[in-house]
Amino acid sequence: MTTVSLNLNGKVVSADVPDNTLLVSFIRETMSLTGTHVGCDTSQCGACVVHVNGESVKSCTMLAAMADGADVTTIEGIADGDTMHPMQQAFHENHGLQCGYCTPGMVMSAIELVNKNSNPSEQEVREGLEGNICRCTGYHNIVKSVQAAAQNMGG
Amino acid sequence: MPDGQNANGIGSSVKRKEDFRFLTGQGRYTDDINRSGQTYAYMLRSNQAHAKISVDTTAAKSADGVVAIFTGDDMDVGSIPCGWQVDSTDGTPMREPAHPPLAKGVVRYVGDQIAVVIAESLQQAQDAAEMINVTYDSLPAMVDMRSALKGDTLVHSDLDSNVVYDWDIGDPDEIDAILASAHHVTEMDIRNNRLVPNPMETRAAIGDYDRAHDSYTLYTTSQNPHVIRLLMGAFVLSIPEHKLRVVAPDVGGGFGSKIYHYAEEAIVTWASQQVRRPVKWTSGRSEAFLSDAHGRDHITKAKLAMDADGNFLALKVETLANMGAYLSTFATAVPTYLYATLLAGVYTTPAIHCNVKAIFTNTVPVDAYRGAGRPEATYLLERLVDRAAREMGMSQTDIRRKNFIQPDAFPYQTPVALQYDSGDYGATLDSAMKMADVDGIEARRAESAKKGKYRGIGYSTYVEACGIAPSAVVGSLGARAGLFECAEVRVHPTGSVTIFTGSHSHGQGHETTFAQLVVERLGIDIDQIEISHGDTGNIPFGMGTYGSRSLAVGGEAIVRAMDKVIDKAKKIAAHIMEASEADVTFENGSFTVAGTDKSMAFGEVALAAYVPHNFPHEELEPGLDEKAFYDPTNFTYPGGTHICEVEIDPTTGVVEVVNFAAVDDVGRVINPMIVEGQIHGGLAQGIGQALLENCVYDENGQLVSGSYMDYTMPRADNMPNFKVGQQSTLCTHNTLGVKGCGEVGAIGSPPAVINAVVDALAELGVTDIEMPATPEKVWRAINDARAQAAE
Ligand code: FES
Ligand code: FES
Repeated sequence: MTTVSLNLNGKVVSADVPDNTLLVSFIRETMSLTGTHVGCDTSQCGACVVHVNGESVKSCTMLAAMADGADVTTIEGIADGDTMHPMQQAFHENHGLQCGYCTPGMVMSAIELVNKNSNPSEQEVREGLEGNICRCTGYHNIVKSVQAAAQNMGG
Repeated sequence: MPDGQNANGIGSSVKRKEDFRFLTGQGRYTDDINRSGQTYAYMLRSNQAHAKISVDTTAAKSADGVVAIFTGDDMDVGSIPCGWQVDSTDGTPMREPAHPPLAKGVVRYVGDQIAVVIAESLQQAQDAAEMINVTYDSLPAMVDMRSALKGDTLVHSDLDSNVVYDWDIGDPDEIDAILASAHHVTEMDIRNNRLVPNPMETRAAIGDYDRAHDSYTLYTTSQNPHVIRLLMGAFVLSIPEHKLRVVAPDVGGGFGSKIYHYAEEAIVTWASQQVRRPVKWTSGRSEAFLSDAHGRDHITKAKLAMDADGNFLALKVETLANMGAYLSTFATAVPTYLYATLLAGVYTTPAIHCNVKAIFTNTVPVDAYRGAGRPEATYLLERLVDRAAREMGMSQTDIRRKNFIQPDAFPYQTPVALQYDSGDYGATLDSAMKMADVDGIEARRAESAKKGKYRGIGYSTYVEACGIAPSAVVGSLGARAGLFECAEVRVHPTGSVTIFTGSHSHGQGHETTFAQLVVERLGIDIDQIEISHGDTGNIPFGMGTYGSRSLAVGGEAIVRAMDKVIDKAKKIAAHIMEASEADVTFENGSFTVAGTDKSMAFGEVALAAYVPHNFPHEELEPGLDEKAFYDPTNFTYPGGTHICEVEIDPTTGVVEVVNFAAVDDVGRVINPMIVEGQIHGGLAQGIGQALLENCVYDENGQLVSGSYMDYTMPRADNMPNFKVGQQSTLCTHNTLGVKGCGEVGAIGSPPAVINAVVDALAELGVTDIEMPATPEKVWRAINDARAQAAE
């Protein structure tokens, strides 16, 4: 067992977990924040993306212990009360989600993408989201959402 | 029902009501649910394709945290049923083997369930599973359909053959005579590649037995909880409906793969009663590759006979369809009633014969995947027509227009059982050609040539049959269930409304689209409407969502239930306003008495129904809550034209989709934004099938493409921006005029892509390329063609 303490969506949390606990399990099971999803077992789908110290990370590829002391932000932590983050809002307005399963990871990856490139081209968005699989939308409206959000996030 | 003026009514791109919870991480999928005292199940699966097994669980049972371990010997229950009986033409009944949830003595595919380990934690269950001793006595694996057809080894030794059925539609002798005397016959061998559906949420199931009430709850990732209740309750576990509640909460995509009743659902439900604790199972992705029903997998020989002018005279089709090791719920209907009946396509071909042999193999069961049978039919037809045009020296559009069923020919009876109600195939072709800027193709081709690349354009003009469908018809075709839909419209005392629908939304946005129907009909605010689905404990009944049936069948049921509400409310309003019912009209949410200024709002009438002080008690019961079951008289027939343009780099063989235009006739559109989204998603799956996705077994029956490392899922940078348009004719047999939009993208697009690839490489002499047209295959085709030309 190991003690993991981290800042999760602005709140310091701490728990004793088995050494091999993945960050995604810590978030979903230990902390009961089920917005972060698991879509594969080969680190290829991006459903589990969260931010660790501001960088997007596939939380299925990281041990919870490695995030000890870090700031971790999940999909539950980006809205301002009931006001959604501009990226969430853009996905809503542009129909960038259907079943919603890839959505949390997609939104978290997209936020980082726009943070690094405030005015991405269509091609840059497509390449930037290459690590996130969506089976529902055909990506068309996801790309539109991210570009719209980039405008609203001050790009 | 006319397109209304209401901002949130029919025809408006209302933003989705369900988005907020999904965007903020508050969706509630099956794996998000945890029951108190819950245990965890791990399925030990076969690592061999075909073997006799003996299983020793003694050591594993005493491992840390283990609650119980069960094998097929312990689980003495019924067989997982197939929902559709398709017999051979000669009357031989469908060969239908027993399908125990846990294998009994023999495993028949890699992934077959051998044992379930139930433990305090998933880790402990997994660790204990490794201690189970399975002795495999290998049997030859039948992987390839042609060897299975020869039947050297039987997949089910208690059956006399690996052929499930040998089935025909049409008259073979008539067709052979036409083929023999026709001016030209175009022939092709066509493979429809095997696919893995891959919804992003893997399957999961929680069984929860309640000793106090001797009742069961199953939480499961299903597209149709009532169907699961029926199949599992009645056939497998013998639990009557009133003791079994099935909940399919938020579901992360289905595409067909979550229609079926799966072994794991029965295992966790049954086991929860054995161990008297909730049992939870969640599939891993690699496990999903080995246990979710796969899709497609046809091998076909087809011949199209034409006269000298290119008129189609006859079509002959022989198909081998892979069923995998057991018959999944819909499997037997897919290559027959959802495939062979569609072989007229959009054409007037007067004579058609199709023979289908469904084959058992030692692979995962194969069943419906988005489009189910109709993509296979469309791919075959549109590849054949493309080839025919080339052989006849005709243009791709001329050959199609010449053979189109004309707009004034509806209702049109095809020679293969279906009667199309409406369509205008020329109109969607015209629109799509404009959208795709077909006129500019030669200039663009020349541009590509300058860069040393090949460019091509491919057409697909298609029709499909969906909105499944009439119970009487499917019953006569061997369906063991009805295919109606049920809706309840519960008007609350203050006039707000809850709709209980038997349709299930797993991405389709029903909470919005169905609410728009209510806004339009009842004239109430969209925030006053809640759509409830997915729980047999709430919903009166339901047949679920697949075959693009939610709006055409489920939506229509809602409309009919609303009509009953309005009828009753009119009577109440007439009584209160002291008018005759005939003089009361309902419009924009108000009941008015003709020729007077008397009127009552919908909410006032609702209140009167629940506070019935002044109420026509002799005539009516209090309350305002109506239910309708709707069983359509026909399928619906969406159709359209997809035009794909590709550019191919001969140095790498990479095919880039540079332009994709789809103009579809889906009937009346309730929410254009949602419809376009459905079409985008379908197109991505169709383009994925054509260029990327392929499920491959080796000769021993090991799944080679068993993870995202080996199975190529479409990603954002593989897809183009789509050009999507609608050109609608209305369905003539439902009041909404709707046809369905969930599958058209996946049905129409694959042949458009491959036709474009063939068009690009036609100058090299390439005439065919098998799906998926991977860079390697395309590169080889180019180099082989060049080598041949050099000889
Ligand atoms: S769960 Fe698929 S990448 Fe993490
Ligand atoms: S919205 Fe369903 S997987 Fe992306």
